[in-house]
Order: sequence, then structure tokens, then C-alpha cells
Amino acid sequence: MSSPFHSAVRTALLAIPLAGLGLAACDREDREPRGAPVGDSGPAAITQGSLYAGEPSPPRPSHREYENNAYHLSQGKQLYTSFNCNTCHANGGGGIGPALMDDKWIYGGTLDNIYATIVQGRPNGMPSFRNKIPEQQVWQLAAYVRSLSGQTPKAASPSRNDTLNAKPAEQRMPKEEPKGSSPGGPNLEGRQ
Amino acid sequence: MKRAGGLATAALTAAALTVLLTGCEGVQSALDPAGHQAGRIAGLWWLFLGVLTVIYLLVLAGLLIAAIRPRRRGRLHQGPAFAKEPPIERRLTRGLTAWAVGTGVIILTLTGLSYAVDRDVLGLTGRAELEIEVTAKQWWWQVKYNDPVPSRSFETANEIRLPVGVPVRVVLKSQDVIHSFWVPNLHGKTDLIPGRVNETTLTADREGRFRGQCAEFCGFQHANMALDVLAMPRDRFDAWRAAQLSSAPAPGDALQEQGRQVFLSSACVMCHTIHGTSAASRVGPDLTHVAGRLSLAAGTLPYNKGNLAGWIADPQRIKPGTRMPVTGLSPDQLQGVVAYLDSLK
Repeated sequence: MSSPFHSAVRTALLAIPLAGLGLAACDREDREPRGAPVGDSGPAAITQGSLYAGEPSPPRPSHREYENNAYHLSQGKQLYTSFNCNTCHANGGGGIGPALMDDKWIYGGTLDNIYATIVQGRPNGMPSFRNKIPEQQVWQLAAYVRSLSGQTPKAASPSRNDTLNAKPAEQRMPKEEPKGSSPGGPNLEGRQ
Repeated sequence: MKRAGGLATAALTAAALTVLLTGCEGVQSALDPAGHQAGRIAGLWWLFLGVLTVIYLLVLAGLLIAAIRPRRRGRLHQGPAFAKEPPIERRLTRGLTAWAVGTGVIILTLTGLSYAVDRDVLGLTGRAELEIEVTAKQWWWQVKYNDPVPSRSFETANEIRLPVGVPVRVVLKSQDVIHSFWVPNLHGKTDLIPGRVNETTLTADREGRFRGQCAEFCGFQHANMALDVLAMPRDRFDAWRAAQLSSAPAPGDALQEQGRQVFLSSACVMCHTIHGTSAASRVGPDLTHVAGRLSLAAGTLPYNKGNLAGWIADPQRIKPGTRMPVTGLSPDQLQGVVAYLDSLK
């Protein structure tokens, strides 16, 4: 039964799913530096409450595109210091502004919520970056902010810090389960 | 007939070599030295080429003779093991010994010369009159002219101007990954390493425009990470330096004024500095005198108004992966910003 032909067939059959697995990992490094076409804007209205009718709608495709992609997350990490987010939020631990690596989300912890917080600004200090940061970079920043508390896939989160840093890289951060302590409750993923 | 063919081949080879060597001249060539250090390095290179060519030809000739000479049988030593060495073996032994000793002497001499040139090229460091700090970033060069008086320091990008005949200390840093600073007409390569400060010294012997290039693979746009080096007479250099120290000129007309407003209220201001305005971010190149530079985007495009507009409209088309994002300015805004930036001589 175990002729050379059969064993070759078996090897080939084994190799196909393995190759598929390997190719699936290529998405991690997909680079889309140009972003969405000019004029294609981000989410307009974002629900922050925990009461809504019906079943939650599926998450927007942008979530996968930015959160599962190592390139976008590492761009977000660079922009986080370039745009001085760390002045107020430190390396995620907070200081002048709230911490970003814990389980509390004052204005919601979904990608859309964080996008809105960056674009619109929030009371008591968070400035609005509307028209100042191009849309794609806001998405990258928002995705990176989620990686600070381990919300993004470990395979895509940044695996090292460029500078001396008291906390380990995002990839090694424990995942915090967001608490419904404030307007943004849990299970808001994808709710428009 | 054979002889004529050989001569023709030799003449052809010589002609081809001459053509090849004329290709060595230019703005980015180690064989067209324009500075003391590059001159020493080029001299050493030619010496190596000469010596090694002679050795190569000798080896090839020996090989050829051994290959075509008819084999002589039975003339090698076949007597008892302790018999006196026959003369032919003695000659062989002597020849081989001489060859080995000669090889050793040549290698040691070349090593010594290489070491001496190295010492000479590095020995100039202490005598520099001017200090330039070059910080490599993905994928451009930040250039700071340091001065003991802070108000006489200024910053530019992707362009180094030097006075002729003055040793200039170049302090090399990197912000992200390892790069390598190489202006072949003036000096060899020096790496820029994150967390470390390296130094090199440039001395231009003649006026000219040269091209530097990152010489250590540093990512997506490594190939488009070049810089212009201009060697100029001392008086012209001083005039340029004085102009660089000034703030950006005020907008001259309504369109430029509109461009300035757009610049200060859009994504531009998040990354760029223009002295004399509120734009003071340190992420991208300083644009205070951008219109006076020779090229855009680290040597990717020659500077002119059209290229500037194209670059701002879609940098990712021209230099995919560059840190400059597509900002999505409207055509009117773009016109204004280009008019304003083009006025910053």
C-alpha cells in the first residue's frame, strides 16, 4: 500500500494546507501606504451608549485591515510619538491624560470610537485633530491604541520598542477585557 | 594571421577599457575624487588594481604554459628516498619558495599601504573648522549646521554645502535603522547607527556638485535616499549660510498668504517646521528655505514648482512607502501651498 507513489501523494496533500497556512500569514505584512481615496471619510456618527435595538452589525472591514496588519500597527506606533500622544498618555500608562493600556474606555474602545475621539477631541484636554491628521494615519493610530491593551492579534502587534521603554512591547502586553464602566459598554464592536 | 588577430583583440580591449573608465567620472564616483580623502582612497585603488592585474596575468600565463607545454615523462625524481635532490627538483623548490615569499611580501606591503592611507584619512578629524550633524531617517537626511553660538545654528535637509578647502567634521547619527553615509567623490562610507555617534571628515578640493547615497539597505525607499553635496568658494558659502539663518520670508501675494494659512491649518503643520511661523514640528524636513534646494524628497526629483506640486499631491505614487502621507488637499489648497512653499527661497 505504501508505494513511493502513495507517499508522494500524501506528502503533496500535506504540503497544500501547510502552504495555505504560510500564505495566509502574508496578510500580516500587506502594505497599503496610500490609504483610502481622497474624499472617502471615516465614520460619521458613532454610538457610545450601551442600549441599541436588534443584533449588533458586523464590524467594518477597516477593522480587519488595520488591526490585523503589522505595517499599520507599527506606523501607528511611530506616529504615536511623532504626534506627541505620549506627552499626555505616556507609553500607554497615562499621566496628564488617561491611561490607554488599561480596561477602562471612557469614550468607547472600538476602533470607530477611538477614531472619533482623535478626530473630534474630548472635553478636559483631548484636542481635535480634524483636518490635521490624514484619515489613514488616524486609523493607524486608533489601531495602535487598541494594541496597547492587547486588543489586536498578537501576530500583528509591534514586537519591539525602538527606544528604552519601561513596559514590554505591545505583543507581550496582557489582553485587558474592556469594562462597561462608562458610556462605552462592552460588545459595541461594529455598532453604527 | 594569428598575430594580427591577437593585436586586434588587444586594441579592442584597450578601447573598451578606456570607454569603461570614462564612465567613472561623474557626480557619484569614487574614481573621480574631489577631496583629499577620496584622492588617497582612489590612489590606493589604482595601485591595487595595477599590482593585482600584473599578478593575475602572471598566474594566467603560468597556467597557460603548464597547459600547452608537452609533458616530459620520467624526468622527475624516481630514485631511492634519501638520495640527493636532483637539480630539477631543487629549481622547482627554489621557484616555489620565491613565489610564496613574493606573495607574502606583496600582501604585507599592500596591507601596510592600506593601513597608512586609513590613518591619513582618519587623521584629519582634529582639524575641522566646521561641524555638520547629519541624522539619517527613513528615507531622508536631516542636516544641522552646528555653531557654538546657538542662534547661528540652522537646519536643512538632503543637502550639504561646503566651503572649498576647509576640513568639515560630519557628525553622523541615525534615528531608526542603520544607514550609511557615502559621498564617493569626497570620502568612503561611514555607517550611521542608532544610539551611536560616528564621525567623518570631508574636505572638498574643488568646486562642484556631488551626489551622496545611503549605502546600507535601510528599507523600502533605500534607493531614493540620496543627498546633494555642493562645494563652493568660501564667500559664496558664507552668503548662503547667512541666508539660511534668516526666517522664512512673509507671503508676497494673496495666493501665497492663502497657502500659508492652509499649511498652518492642515496636515503639513503636524510634521514640518517653517521658521517665522507657528509650524515647528520635527518629524519631517525643515521647509524654511525649501525652494532654494536642488532636489525634493531626498534626491528623488529635481526641485521645481511642478515636481513640488506633484510630490504634495501624491507622495506615495512618487516614492511608495515614504513617511509623507497623502494629505488630500483640494486643488485650490494645493495651488496655494505650492505657491507659498515655492516662495521660500
